Amino acid sequence: MTLVNKMIVKISNAVVSIFGSLVLVFFIIYLLPGDPVLSMLDPSTATPEMVANLRKELGLDQPVYVQFVEYFTNVLKGNFGQSIVNSEQVLPKILEHLPATLALTLTSSALAVVIGVTLGVLSAIFQNRWIDVLSRFIGLFGISMPTFWSGILLILIFSVYFNWFPAMGSEGWQTLVLPTLSLGFVGAGLIIRMVRTSMLEVINEPFIVTLRAKGLTERMVMYRHALRNAMIPAITIIGLNIGELMAGTVVIETVFSRQGIGRIVADAIMAKDLPVIQGVVFFSAVVYVIVNLLVDLSYSIIDPRVRRSH
Amino acid sequence: MKEIVNEETVLRVPKWTLSKRKKNISFSNIFLLVAIVLVLFIIASALIPKWIAPYSPTYMNTESILSEPSSKHWFGTDYFGRDVFSLVIYGSRDSLIIGITSVLIGSLIGGGIGAVSGYIGGYIDHFLMRVIEILMTIPGILLALAIAAALGPSLMNIVLAVAASSIPGYARVMRGQILSIKKRQFVDASRSIGTHSWKVFVWHILPNSWSPLLVMGTIGLGTSILIGSGLSFLGLGVIKEVPDWGALLSQGRGYLVVGWWMSTFPGLAITLFVLSINIIGDKLRDTFDPKTSRMR
Repeated sequence: MTLVNKMIVKISNAVVSIFGSLVLVFFIIYLLPGDPVLSMLDPSTATPEMVANLRKELGLDQPVYVQFVEYFTNVLKGNFGQSIVNSEQVLPKILEHLPATLALTLTSSALAVVIGVTLGVLSAIFQNRWIDVLSRFIGLFGISMPTFWSGILLILIFSVYFNWFPAMGSEGWQTLVLPTLSLGFVGAGLIIRMVRTSMLEVINEPFIVTLRAKGLTERMVMYRHALRNAMIPAITIIGLNIGELMAGTVVIETVFSRQGIGRIVADAIMAKDLPVIQGVVFFSAVVYVIVNLLVDLSYSIIDPRVRRSH
Repeated sequence: MKEIVNEETVLRVPKWTLSKRKKNISFSNIFLLVAIVLVLFIIASALIPKWIAPYSPTYMNTESILSEPSSKHWFGTDYFGRDVFSLVIYGSRDSLIIGITSVLIGSLIGGGIGAVSGYIGGYIDHFLMRVIEILMTIPGILLALAIAAALGPSLMNIVLAVAASSIPGYARVMRGQILSIKKRQFVDASRSIGTHSWKVFVWHILPNSWSPLLVMGTIGLGTSILIGSGLSFLGLGVIKEVPDWGALLSQGRGYLVVGWWMSTFPGLAITLFVLSINIIGDKLRDTFDPKTSRMR
C-alpha cells in the first residue's frame, strides 16, 4: 500500500469513528429511565402542555430513525440543537467557550510533555538510581492524584496562603497557572511512565549495542538514537491523552470556576440539559479522533519503518 | 590485554548505566509493604468502620464546629461539628463499592468482548473492534459523566457509568492476549487431537489469558475510584448522611478559607489509596509480564 492509500484508509476510518460516536451520543438520551421529557422538567411545576411542547421541541414525538436522520443532518449543517435551559444554540456556545479550554489544554499538555519526557528519559538512563526512584514516584503520584484535589491544594497554598495567583476566573495568564499545574501533573505522570518503559525497551535492543560498539559517545547513543525510537510510543500516549486532558477540564474548570466548555458540561449535567451534554461530548469526540488521526499520520513521517511497511 | 577483554571498556558503557539492582529491591519493597498495609486498612474501614472510627459519622458536636485538627479530632471537624476522620473512615465504603463493582462489571463485559473478538476473529472481530474504537473516542470521564447524568444520581448508576467507560481498555487487552495465546503450540496440539473448538477456548486459552486482565483490573481499580469520586465531586452521587470521599471533598470546597482540613483529608485518602493500588498493580505487572521484569 502506498502512503497515500494508507492515509485514505486512516481518514475514512476516522470518519466512521466520528459517525459512530454521533450514533452513541444520540442514543444517550434513550438511557434515561422512563420518559426523558418528564425527567428534564421539574415534576412539581410541569403541566401536561409543557411536557407535550418540550417533547415536540426535542422531536421526541417522532419515530427513532426520523429523529436520528434529523439530528444527523442538523449536525452536518453545524446545528447541534439548543439548550433546554435558555434556548441558546449549542455550537456557538461551545465555540464561545472553546478558547479558555483550548488554552488550558495546550498549556497543560506542554507542561506534561516537558516534565514527562525529561524525567522519563533521565529515569531510564539512570535506571535504579535516585533520580529514577524519584521520577517513578512522581509518575505514580501524578496518575494517582485526583485533579480536583490537587487543584484545591494549589488554591489553598498559592491563592489562600500566599495570594500569588487567583483562585478562579479565566481572564489573563495568571488564571492559567494553577489549573495548568494541576492538569499537567496528571499528564506528566502518564508520560514519565510511558517514556521510561519504552526507553528501557529500546536501550536493550541490539542496535544500541552496535552503536556503542562502533564507538559512539554515550550521549549520542542515548539522545540521538535511543530517544528517537522511544518517542514513538510516547507520542501515541500523548495523542491518546489529549482527549483525557480535555475531559479533565470538566473537573478542573469547575474547581477553578473557569468559563470553558468543561464548565458548560458540568452546568448542563446539573440542569439535565441533554442537548448541551450531547453537543459537547460529540465535539470532544471529534477533536479526539482528529488529534489521533494526526498522531497516526505523523508516524508515517517520523518513522521510516512505518513509512516503508505494507 | 586484560583491559580490552573487559566488556565495559569495549562497549564504553559508563558505570552509571549498569543497573544497581540489589540496592533498589529493598527500596521498592518498602513502598510495596506500606501500600499493602494501607489498602488493608482501608478495606477494613470499609468493612468494620465502627471499630476504627472514633466517632459516629452522624454525631454532631455543636461545641466544636470547624475545629482544627487536634489530638481529639485528627482531621478536624466540619461545619456541623462532625469528626472528619470518622467521615473519611465511613466514606471509604461507598468509594470502594464504586471502584470494585465497576471494575468487576467492566472487566467481565470488556474481557468477554475481547475474548470473543480475539478467538472468533474475522468479521465479528472487525465489527466489535470498530465498536470499541468508537467507544474510545469519547474520553472515559466524559462518557461516565454523560451516562451518569442521563441515568440520574444513584450509587448503582455511578457504578454503571464508570464500568461502561472502562470496557474498551479491558476488551483491547483481552483480545491481544487471546490472539497471542491462540497461536501457541499447545493450542495447535490440543486441536490436532480433535478437541472441540469451544473446549480449547475454555480449557486452554482462557486459563492462560487472565493474568493481564488481573493486572489491568488492579490498575483499573485506581482509575475507577478516581472517576467515581470525580463524578460524585461534580454532584452526580447521592446526597447521603454518610458521603463518599468525592462528595466529602466537594462539601469542604466551600470552606477552604476557614477549614482547609475539610477537603484536604478526604482527597488525601483518595490519593493514598489509589497510589497504593497503583504500586501493587505495578508490582503485579512486573511479576506477570516477562518483558518488563527482564528489564528491571
